[in-house]
Amino acid sequence: MKARFGRRYMFSASHRLHSDGLSADENRATYGKCNNPHGHGHNYGLEVLISGEVDAETGMVVNMVAVDEAVQTKILERFDHAHLNRDPIFVNQVPTTENLCKAIFDLLDASFGSARLRLVRVEETENNFFECFSTER
Amino acid sequence: MIFLTRRATFSASHYYWNDSWTAEKNEQVFGRCSNRNGHGHNYTLEVTVVGEPNPETGFVIDLKGLKNLIEREVLADWDHRHLNLEVAEFAKTIPTSENIAIAAWKRLEKGIANGSGARLSKVRVWETPEIFAEFEGEA
Repeated sequence: MKARFGRRYMFSASHRLHSDGLSADENRATYGKCNNPHGHGHNYGLEVLISGEVDAETGMVVNMVAVDEAVQTKILERFDHAHLNRDPIFVNQVPTTENLCKAIFDLLDASFGSARLRLVRVEETENNFFECFSTER
Repeated sequence: MIFLTRRATFSASHYYWNDSWTAEKNEQVFGRCSNRNGHGHNYTLEVTVVGEPNPETGFVIDLKGLKNLIEREVLADWDHRHLNLEVAEFAKTIPTSENIAIAAWKRLEKGIANGSGARLSKVRVWETPEIFAEFEGEA
């Protein structure tokens, strides 16, 4: 029987929204306060949802210890208390939370054995969040 | 289609243990959850129903009826219970969040399909504010 397991995390990071393809005025018009040259930070909320068969022996879709290990090594150690713009992933793309969400999905994808990453949700503040889905159920 | 969700909370204890394994393997796979004295959680159950609003009432499902159904079919048997020792579904099945979501689905599905055009869409069980599992049926 198929079910899903979900887990929530937090990390804190800074970023600056700025596109090299735009002029200084255009950057300010597009990104507003988020274009501040010195950057600013958020407490990001991260939710991952993993889908798969419930293992008859363990009663689990995936062992939470394995999920925590993957998220800790691939995401939290990389992004927590870091400046996102300095990460190689964001050298050529703006670290909007849309792009961060997609990057986290790609970094975690295929980390859970026969279970599949179904959704990554990144909450930038209490008032906005972004979701990246796999098309598989 | 409108998706409507009702929350309910219950508190229960459980442990994770597979009788066909050695004590050592149980401890290795389940960690602290394998303590045979059990431990407890404040669970939150989210029951999502899908359907079209009834033209006369504007309801997908009567929320009072849904609340009563959840209380009668789930909370009455699970709240302030030891899931492994006192709840029939978990006599032989480990009460992981995944299995709790499946068991809640089975208890609720029929009652929701009866009497309204709505059907059960999803059951999500929060074990803590950071851990949850969900089930959307076998299809």
